[in-house]
Amino acid sequence: MRRIPGVTVPARGGMAVLKPFDVHRHVPDGYVMTRWLASLPWWSPFLVLSVMAIWPQIPLAQGRYGTGEAFGALWRWMPFLIKSGFLFNVLISVLAMAIGTVAGAMLGLAQISLYRPVRVFAWFFTQLFRNSPWLVLLFIVLLAFPFEVTLFGASVRIPDWVKGVFGLSLPIMANISEVVRGAVLSVPSAQWEAAESLAFTRRQVLWQVILPQCYKRMLPPWMNWYAILAMATPLCSLLGIEELITLSRQAMEAEDNHPELLVPFFGFALLLFFIYCYPIARWTIHLERKFAVKL
Amino acid sequence: MTWTADQPIVSIQDVHKSFGDLEVLKGVSLQVMKGEVICIIGPSGSGKSTLIRCVNGLNDIQSGSITVLGQEVHDPKLDKLELRKKVGMVFQQYNLFPHKTALENVMMAPVLVLKQNKREVEGRARALMAKVRLHGKEGSYPGELSGGQQQRVAIARSLAMNPDVMLFDEVTAALDPETVKEVLVTIRELAEEGMTCILVTHEMGFAREVADHIYFTDRGVIVEHGPPATFFEEASDPRTREFLSQIL
Repeated sequence: MRRIPGVTVPARGGMAVLKPFDVHRHVPDGYVMTRWLASLPWWSPFLVLSVMAIWPQIPLAQGRYGTGEAFGALWRWMPFLIKSGFLFNVLISVLAMAIGTVAGAMLGLAQISLYRPVRVFAWFFTQLFRNSPWLVLLFIVLLAFPFEVTLFGASVRIPDWVKGVFGLSLPIMANISEVVRGAVLSVPSAQWEAAESLAFTRRQVLWQVILPQCYKRMLPPWMNWYAILAMATPLCSLLGIEELITLSRQAMEAEDNHPELLVPFFGFALLLFFIYCYPIARWTIHLERKFAVKL
Repeated sequence: MTWTADQPIVSIQDVHKSFGDLEVLKGVSLQVMKGEVICIIGPSGSGKSTLIRCVNGLNDIQSGSITVLGQEVHDPKLDKLELRKKVGMVFQQYNLFPHKTALENVMMAPVLVLKQNKREVEGRARALMAKVRLHGKEGSYPGELSGGQQQRVAIARSLAMNPDVMLFDEVTAALDPETVKEVLVTIRELAEEGMTCILVTHEMGFAREVADHIYFTDRGVIVEHGPPATFFEEASDPRTREFLSQIL
């Protein structure tokens, strides 16, 4: 048959086949943010920054205070912003992750408890904190927690940043709880049976056989949540906690609030978070793919 | 009730078991004496595996009775762990613990469950590894072993508990034809040493050779049973004859 350009389509085989539509492939799987971050080329923030840096120069070229001065100001503030600001964000994220992981592991194990009330209670708390907006949780912790506690007769003031750590650890706890539950359920039931028929107690089955097989498969989702948490720490600036964003704003105020300062200062914050989270995201996705093939 | 050697070591009486509406076992009875080897054969879905999984309490039963060493298995007061110390089980899919080496797989239960001395157990575990002809594979992880080797580790793992009865649930069904033999050789040695074995198998030649008694199940009932010689030569039930004609 003569081929008509633009009209003839390549042969598709004998019969039309309707492929099964896999719903799960189209549902976001919790790695959306990390996968997006990991898929960016490493130079993307520099591209954004350079475009943004040139931009204000055009309308404001006549002004006395230019981009050059703004970057000069950033240069002076940079050590302070990194040391007192960004490292504090890292500290908050590490502490919140540590608390969230320990509490989440316990909650996750409670979700597979043999006792129904424990299971239901753990499920409820997991769902409650997993589905609440992080900012709401932060405010609740900030407002509901006392600002002072009495310890051994002496009253100790709880700094706001400690409350911030607790507030951020709540959604982490709930999500780690789901990670633990999912990992335990992903171990084939045959492993339970094999261990049970060797007269292992339930506790022995869980701690000697099932959980050791879970650590590896829990690592990518755990890192995923750490990356998300690290990127969420600027939420603390809304509570007045003196982390990177709060300090950047204060620094700009000290520099007379020139609008030209906005792009360099917040761009710098963006860059710091990118430098910190990008390798974590890349590594997470790498591990996720590596382990996914093996399981 | 105490058990003496003249009583059956495993006694199954009129056992009924259903999964929802599906009745899998419809009144099965059989007896196994100490040192006996029995093979349960039959078409897929006839309830063979379910039956032996009931013997160590992995499955519940609806009615009837199963006793092991005189103990009722489905007595709610029974300590299932005590029962499982006496009954070893080997699965079709080996089910080794993938995060432990072969030797650790064998040592785990005696050390953790029986609280035996680790050094002593290690000596015994190495001897068991040699017995199943896996000398030199002690440090290998299950993923590095072939199916037949994994299955022999699984047998050694069960034997390490010094069970009184061994259950084999289609242990060669997932293996390559070449490796089936090495597993069967191991089981035959066990049988010759006087271990009480209950096997669910599709290996007719093997069943004929090692079994003291053969049970044929179909659709949840035992259709026919007898010693291998008479069972294979003079099967009387048409269902048995049809099954054997397809297999042999």
